[in-house]
Amino acid sequence: MLEVTDLEVCYGAITALQGVSLRVDKGAIVTLVGANGAGKTTLLRTISGLIKPRRGAILFEGENIAGLPPYKIVARGLAQSPEGRMVFANLTVLENLRMGAYRRRDKDGITRDLEYCFGIFPRLKERMKQTAGTLSGGEQQMLAISRALMSQPKCLMLDEPSLGIAPILVQTIFEKVVEINRQLGLTILLVEQNANLALEISHYGYVLETGRILLHDKADALRENPEIQAAYLGG
Amino acid sequence: MSDQIIEFLQQLINGLSQGAIYALIALGYTMVFGILRFINFAHGDVYMLGAFAGFYTAPRLLQLFGGGPSFPGATAVLLVAMLACATIGIIIERLCYRPLRDQPRLTVLITAIGVSLFLENGGQYVFGADPKSFPEIITDRALEIPESWGALSALTITVGQVIVVGVTLFLLFALRTVVLHTRLGMAMRALSFNPLAASLMGVNTNIVISFTFGLGSALAGAAGILTSIQQPSIEPLMGVNAGLKAFVAAVLGGIGNIPGAALGGLLIGLLEAFVVGYVSPTYRDAIVFGVLILILLVKPSGLLGKTEREKV
Repeated sequence: MLEVTDLEVCYGAITALQGVSLRVDKGAIVTLVGANGAGKTTLLRTISGLIKPRRGAILFEGENIAGLPPYKIVARGLAQSPEGRMVFANLTVLENLRMGAYRRRDKDGITRDLEYCFGIFPRLKERMKQTAGTLSGGEQQMLAISRALMSQPKCLMLDEPSLGIAPILVQTIFEKVVEINRQLGLTILLVEQNANLALEISHYGYVLETGRILLHDKADALRENPEIQAAYLGG
Repeated sequence: MSDQIIEFLQQLINGLSQGAIYALIALGYTMVFGILRFINFAHGDVYMLGAFAGFYTAPRLLQLFGGGPSFPGATAVLLVAMLACATIGIIIERLCYRPLRDQPRLTVLITAIGVSLFLENGGQYVFGADPKSFPEIITDRALEIPESWGALSALTITVGQVIVVGVTLFLLFALRTVVLHTRLGMAMRALSFNPLAASLMGVNTNIVISFTFGLGSALAGAAGILTSIQQPSIEPLMGVNAGLKAFVAAVLGGIGNIPGAALGGLLIGLLEAFVVGYVSPTYRDAIVFGVLILILLVKPSGLLGKTEREKV
């Protein structure tokens, strides 16, 4: 579904990603773990077209999307819920969801997907008319995920969904991610610092360290890898 | 009713119609700032171009509706000027600001001053520097206030003033509808809050930015025509002072805040009228720009603006 090969991204003279390659199979949940500053967010932003890579290819459904503007990438079915949620605090919950469906014209489909989002996150339905700025961190995360779902993606990228959220809600969010993956057969690329939880729900994992892929393996194998345990799993 | 009250009401009416003009121009400043975070200093000159678009097209357009001043003819002139300004605004953004999108804001700001000077001097070259007499597109006369209104019949209200305020209210309402209830309006609000997130939603930011410039410039064009109905003498530098005043109005209301720009415009218009009426016309500009300094010192976010933390 999504295949990144030999990606190199620079900010001026600083190289943020160096020869990064990864693969996300259709229907899978793949996690990218890594410390702060490893380049996880840079990678997702590059895939979404917000940053132009210096070198390398990003194949989505077999076609190279590297260098396309973000709106064309969304239109192809690759959505992202960005780090720090970035909900439109000045818009209502419903308007935020409508922004997610910005490129869609199928009214019936949009209504159906709205109902789906309200089904998984009933809290959003209760707060539909509130401005998103009044929501709690956890609710904003639910909104950010739902908003990304509203574009009817084939592949969803989630950047740090557990960041800054009450611990009780983190568990719920992860359960919902699995639910979305199973119910919609949606391919998910998850970026997380909370590696333990993330790998628990994933099929496959990549470890990014200072702009390079350090290793990758099945999620279970990564969780048992002593090196990974020491560095990322607090074991 | 005492003469003082009549005098006060008279200044209120005068201020209202001038404030409406400032409000229309201020909206363009504030909308562009809301989205791109820079002050388009060429905006006042777009207002001037609106007046000249009317000046050159009015004779022909009026011909279509019977020749003399008429309401349909005036409407046509207004619409043509708005359309012309929208096009000019979009072209200015496309040619001058878009290539600098990733440059520091100061670069864009200086470019805007350059564009402004270009339009002012280009205007003098093309249209001539002498003031021109704007054709009469609607007969501006004082309304007859019936004697039965008592002391109020001493007030002077002109057709022009009623039209200026009426058209402004209509345009404000139309703008509100566009911003709150259309897809592009929603994208404008989303983009002004977080451009990165808006891109991730599939918003083609260039289209929204062009749309914003078009919308703001059309309102400035309307202001150009509305002014010319009341003060039918136009010249290529007419946008300098009006533009600066409208900029003060946008800052007063809270730059980036749409209702704030409308409110700020109105207040600046009223302030001017009261200074002229009660203090002295000499101090009009000094006091308006004094307000700018005062606002920047006391409440830089403006009356309706929210304090914004600089993102790092």
